[in-house]
Amino acid sequence: MDLNQRFEAYIASDQKIEAKDWMPDAYRKTLIRQISQHAHSEIIGMQPEGNWITRAPSLKRKSILLAKVQDEAGHGLYLYSAAETLGISRDEMFDALHTGKAKYSSIFNYPTLTWADMGAIGWLVDGAAIMNQVPLCKCSYGPYARAMVRVCKEESFHQRQGFQIMLNLSNGTPEQKEMAQDALNRWWWPSLMMFGPNDASSKHSEQSMRWKIKRFSNDELRQRFVDMTVPQAELLGLTVPDLDLKWNEATGHYDFGPIDWSEFEQVVAGNGPCNRERIEARVAAHENGAWVRDAAAAYAEKSAKRASSQTSAA
Amino acid sequence: MSTPKTEWPLWEVFVRSRQGLSHKHVGSLHAADATMAISNARDVYTRRQEGTSIWVVKAEDITASTPSDKDVLFDPANDKVYRHPTFYDLPDEVKNM
Repeated sequence: MDLNQRFEAYIASDQKIEAKDWMPDAYRKTLIRQISQHAHSEIIGMQPEGNWITRAPSLKRKSILLAKVQDEAGHGLYLYSAAETLGISRDEMFDALHTGKAKYSSIFNYPTLTWADMGAIGWLVDGAAIMNQVPLCKCSYGPYARAMVRVCKEESFHQRQGFQIMLNLSNGTPEQKEMAQDALNRWWWPSLMMFGPNDASSKHSEQSMRWKIKRFSNDELRQRFVDMTVPQAELLGLTVPDLDLKWNEATGHYDFGPIDWSEFEQVVAGNGPCNRERIEARVAAHENGAWVRDAAAAYAEKSAKRASSQTSAA
Repeated sequence: MSTPKTEWPLWEVFVRSRQGLSHKHVGSLHAADATMAISNARDVYTRRQEGTSIWVVKAEDITASTPSDKDVLFDPANDKVYRHPTFYDLPDEVKNM
């Protein structure tokens, strides 16, 4: 059996591919692209929420938000190390992010204008992320699948805390309820776009499904998200901003209106409301931390030298 | 601005989830030295009481078997089925063996 046949046989029998196993170049490239973009999304995703840490309405909310943003950092780190098993270095991935060569989820290019956005992000953005991520726990590449198991375990706290914020605001004063409605209005459509282009125009989907990196199509997952979320919005007493939205008895699903893909394309192309700000903040954090990284490396080198000269003297 | 040094070395992280169990590989991270690797591992891999003890090992210090050796290393075990208790037929009268 040649290497490619063995690889195909592994995939066919639902066995995991591990870091040192032979794999086609295109499979490796696809995974590097997907995992590093996923990692970048977690890291950039810290910014919209980080925006509200100092202004959280109570100490409890502030502690929760801090823990959540810390989790996002952790998720980014699990994923960067999963990508590194494929032979790309951390520095190469950072460079790709900082120079705009690598993409991240376009949802993080929208601003967080009010406290209710913390609720909407947890409920909708993390909800959509979970929908995307749960099937990735069964992805054919072992290190990615294992990282996703850890991520998914932690995401469910994120979604619940977001929904609870929405619930409190919806049951609060009329102004608070209006704030929750406004956040839903702004985050609904970008959340639906998180699942990516329609199946017909998704260029990577088919191959990824064949390799069992992806288990469900973009449209399938999007429909599942709508079906799950609409009743939750009703429970909150909020209105989903889609006039075409209605229950379809025949299909057993909600029908929903067309997505404005030109907006999605604009944001992906770098013209969203916060694209520049996000990358600038990320680059600044990296550059301002350079002296810390250099100092720690110099200290480690010096300590190692001292330890080795002591052993040779003895 | 200083010229960036090469990135910190990669460490593999092993966590003992509770007393009585062995350490298990959980992932990897970058750190300048072992002390920092332990403290980063604490923050990255045990934020929810996932561990009672952490090992870190420099990734470059691990020697691993290669996938191409898989047959040579593991196949010979296949033809020694007598190593398994199910190989032996016993009369039904024999209980608890």
